[in-house]
Amino acid sequence: MEWVVAEAKAVVIGAGPAGLRAAEALVRGGLRPVLIDEAERPGGQIYRQPPAGAARAAAQLYGFEAKKAVALHAILPRLADAIDYRPRTLVWNVFGNRLDTLGPEGQGGLAFERLIIASGAMDRVLPFPGWTLPGVFTLGGAQIALKAQGVAIGRRVALVGAGPLLPLVAHQYARAGATIAAVLDVTPLAAKVANAPGMTADAATFAKGLWYTLQNAIAGLTLRFGVRAIRAEGERRVVGLAWRDAAGRAHRVDCDAIGASFGLRSETQLADLAGCAFAFDAVTHQWIPQRDAAGRSSVPGVYLAGDGAGVGGADVAELQGERAALALMQDLRLPIDTGRATTLDRRLARQARFRRALEAAWPYPGHLVDAIADDEIICRCEGVTAATLRATARERDAQEMNRLKAFTRIGMGRCQGRVCGHAAAELLARTLGKDVAAVGRLRGNPPIKPIPVGGLP
Amino acid sequence: MTERLDVDVAIIGGGIAACAAAVALREANLTVAVLEKRLCGAGASGVNFGGVRQQGRHLAELPLARRARALWDDLNRILGEDVEFEASGHIKLARSEAGMAELERYAQDARGYGLELTLMGANAVRDALPWLGPRVVGASLAPEDGHANPRVVGPAYARLARHRGAIIREFSPVRRAVATGAGFETEADGVSVKSRWLVNAAGAGAGAVASWFGERAPVAPLTPNMLVTEPLPYFVSRSIGVVGGDIYLRQIHRGNVIFGGGHGWGDAERGLARPATDVSLGAMVRAVDIVPALKGAQVIRSWSGMDGQMPDHIPVIGASSTTARLIHAFGFSGHGFQLGPAIGLIIAELITAGASTSPIAPFAIARFKDWVDGGDAGQPVQMD
Repeated sequence: MEWVVAEAKAVVIGAGPAGLRAAEALVRGGLRPVLIDEAERPGGQIYRQPPAGAARAAAQLYGFEAKKAVALHAILPRLADAIDYRPRTLVWNVFGNRLDTLGPEGQGGLAFERLIIASGAMDRVLPFPGWTLPGVFTLGGAQIALKAQGVAIGRRVALVGAGPLLPLVAHQYARAGATIAAVLDVTPLAAKVANAPGMTADAATFAKGLWYTLQNAIAGLTLRFGVRAIRAEGERRVVGLAWRDAAGRAHRVDCDAIGASFGLRSETQLADLAGCAFAFDAVTHQWIPQRDAAGRSSVPGVYLAGDGAGVGGADVAELQGERAALALMQDLRLPIDTGRATTLDRRLARQARFRRALEAAWPYPGHLVDAIADDEIICRCEGVTAATLRATARERDAQEMNRLKAFTRIGMGRCQGRVCGHAAAELLARTLGKDVAAVGRLRGNPPIKPIPVGGLP
Repeated sequence: MTERLDVDVAIIGGGIAACAAAVALREANLTVAVLEKRLCGAGASGVNFGGVRQQGRHLAELPLARRARALWDDLNRILGEDVEFEASGHIKLARSEAGMAELERYAQDARGYGLELTLMGANAVRDALPWLGPRVVGASLAPEDGHANPRVVGPAYARLARHRGAIIREFSPVRRAVATGAGFETEADGVSVKSRWLVNAAGAGAGAVASWFGERAPVAPLTPNMLVTEPLPYFVSRSIGVVGGDIYLRQIHRGNVIFGGGHGWGDAERGLARPATDVSLGAMVRAVDIVPALKGAQVIRSWSGMDGQMPDHIPVIGASSTTARLIHAFGFSGHGFQLGPAIGLIIAELITAGASTSPIAPFAIARFKDWVDGGDAGQPVQMD
C-alpha cells in the first residue's frame, strides 16, 4: 500500500500553551511550521475552548487566567497562513522522522526535519473503593465538563485531590453554582506549610493559590488535608463519599458526583516512540523523557516542551514552548534573539524552584496505594484486580511491568496503561518489595490512541 | 563476580523449545542451565500470532506438527496454567481458482501424513461462515487446529523447568562458546557454564552461534507485524489464514481480534523491532477484505518482535555437522510456536538417546554448507 508522505521542516504536536508559543516563535523566526492538535480548537486542556457557537466570557471560563487564555487563543488567528494548522488530528505514531496521523481526511504520513512534542498531561488516577462507579470523574474531567460543555459533573459534588488543581476546581465549581459537598486533599497540610517559602519563588502563582483557598473559605468550603481511606458509595451510581481524617475519625457526605484524581502525569507516549531517553523522577513517581534546559531531548531534532515532559503548569509550558522553538532554530543555524533565550532561561530556572517546592508540598500519596484492597479493579479495560496483580507478581515471577502486562493483560486495553499503568507499577513494586523505579515502565507501541480499521468508519 | 556452573546440558536461548527441552532433560535426570539474553519466552515464542496450526506447513514439518498437536491438548495440565489454547479450527481461504487448486493439492498431500482437511466450495464456506467477504472462492478447514496465547506459554515452560531443577539465567546474553575436549565452555554476561552438551536454540541469534563452530546457517531476522482491535462481539469462530499468507486473523472469546500480515521494521543488531505503518494499514485493508464487519473497529495496540528465518523457511533441527554433542534447533521462520513443545522433546531425545523418534533429516544444518549469501530469503511466509 502506498500513499504520499508529506515533508515539513518543523512540526509541533499539541496546541496548548507550549505548542502555541512554540509555533508562534517558529513563525517569528521565519519558518512555516505544521501545528497538529487533537482538539477542535486551540488552547490545550487548561485553556480549552467551548465548541464554536457555545462561546462564553473568558473571565467566566478561566478566572485569573483569562488574559493568558485570550492571548493564546489569539495566536492562530493572527498567524493565519503563516502556519499550517491541523486541528482534529491525532498523531498516533512517531517512527524515525515520520509521524502517522489520523485526521478529518483519514490516515496521513508526515516526515519532519525537526519536531517539538508538546503533548501535555492528564490526571493521575489511583483506584479507591468505588472509583469505577458512574458519577466518578477525574478533576481534569470535571474541569473539562465545565469549560467545554458548560455543565457540572453533578448537582452535589465531592472533590478529592493531591495537587493544586483541587482548590482551583473547587473554586470553579462553586462559582458555576454547583453545591460542593466536600473538598478533600489526601496529602498533609504540614507539607504545604513547610514548603510555603519555596513556593514564593513564583509569588503571583502562590498568591493565586492563597486567593482560591481564601475564596473557597469565604464560600464556606473547608479544604480538609491529610484525608485517608476515601470510598465512593453507591450501588449503580455514586450516592456518597466516605473518608477518614488524619486522626482516624470516619466522615461521610451525600453527593451525586465525585471529582477525584491525584496530581498530573505527563503524556509521554510520543516521546517514547520517538526514542527519547527517560529517567525516573522519584518525587512524582513518574518516568519522564529527559530534556536539556532548552528542551532538547536525547534524540537529535526532537524537542520537548510543556507538561508532556514533566509537569510544570501552563505558565512554564508557555516559556518552554518558546524556548524549545529557539533551540530548534539555533540547531538549524537560523538567527535567533539570544537575549530572549537568556530571559526565558532565567524565568524557567526560577519556575523550577517554585515547582520543586510545589511538588514537595503535595507529596506522592502512597497511602492510597497501600490501602488498595485485593478485590479492587485496577485496569478497568481488562477487568484486572489488585489480587490478580499481586498473585502474579508473587507466583509467576513477574519482575517488571511488561511481564505483568503479558501475564495479566493490565494495560492492554484502550488506554494502553495511561490510566492503570501507574497504579499497577506501584502495586507490583510493593508486592515484590522493590523500588518502583526497578519495575520499569510499559513498552510503547503504536497506536497511542485507538485508530479505526479501514480508515474512518 | 561471574557465576560458574557445571552442568550436563547448557542451552543458549530461553524460548518454548529451549525451556521444554530443559523440562524433558530434567525428567531424564540431567542437569541443565538455560541462558537467555532477555526474558524467557519474550522472543519469537512470545511475539507471534499464537497460531496452533498444522495446515499449510511444509510437508516435512507435518510429522513434527502432528506430534506437537497431541501435546497441546494436555498443555494446561503439563504447565499448570491456562495457555488459552482453543481448537477453534483453522480455515485457509482461497481468493482465486488457482488458490483453490493449491488448497486441493495440499489437502491430498497432507492426508499422507494423517492430517485430514475438509475442502469447501464458495457456497459451503458462506453457509458456514456468513461473515466472510465476497472474494472468498473456497477454503480448506483443519478442524483440530486453533490458537493460544503466545505470551504465556514460554514463561510457563520456563517456570516448570525451574521447578524441575533447571538453572535459568535471564538477562544473560551469551558472548562466546567453545568446544573443549570434554565438552563446552559457554560465557554469558554474569555466568560461565561448563557442559557436556550444548544446545543452540538462540533464535535470530543462532546463526552467530553456529558460526562459532564453523557452520553456515543463514538466519535472517523476521519481524511479525501484529495488530489487536478493541473487544468486539464474538463472531470470528475460526482462526483464519489465506493462500499467499498476506493476512491472518483470529478472535479470542473476550472479543479482541488479533491480525497480522507482512513484516515490521527490525534492527537485528540491536534486537529492536517495531510494527511498520505501511504494513499495518495494508493489513487493515486486507482484514476488511476477508472480514468486512471489521471495518471501523478500533485498533488499540500492535506489536512486533524478532524471529529467525531460514532461506527455505523450514528450521534447522539436529546434531551439528562439525562438533560432537552440539545440537541445533532454530530458524523456525515465523511458525515455530505450535512446534515448540515437540521440539523440546526432540532436543532431549537427541541428547539422551542419540536420535529422535521424529523424522528430522530434512532439517539438517548441513543443507546450508555451501550456501552463498544473497539468495532469496525475502519470500512472504505464513507466520503464526
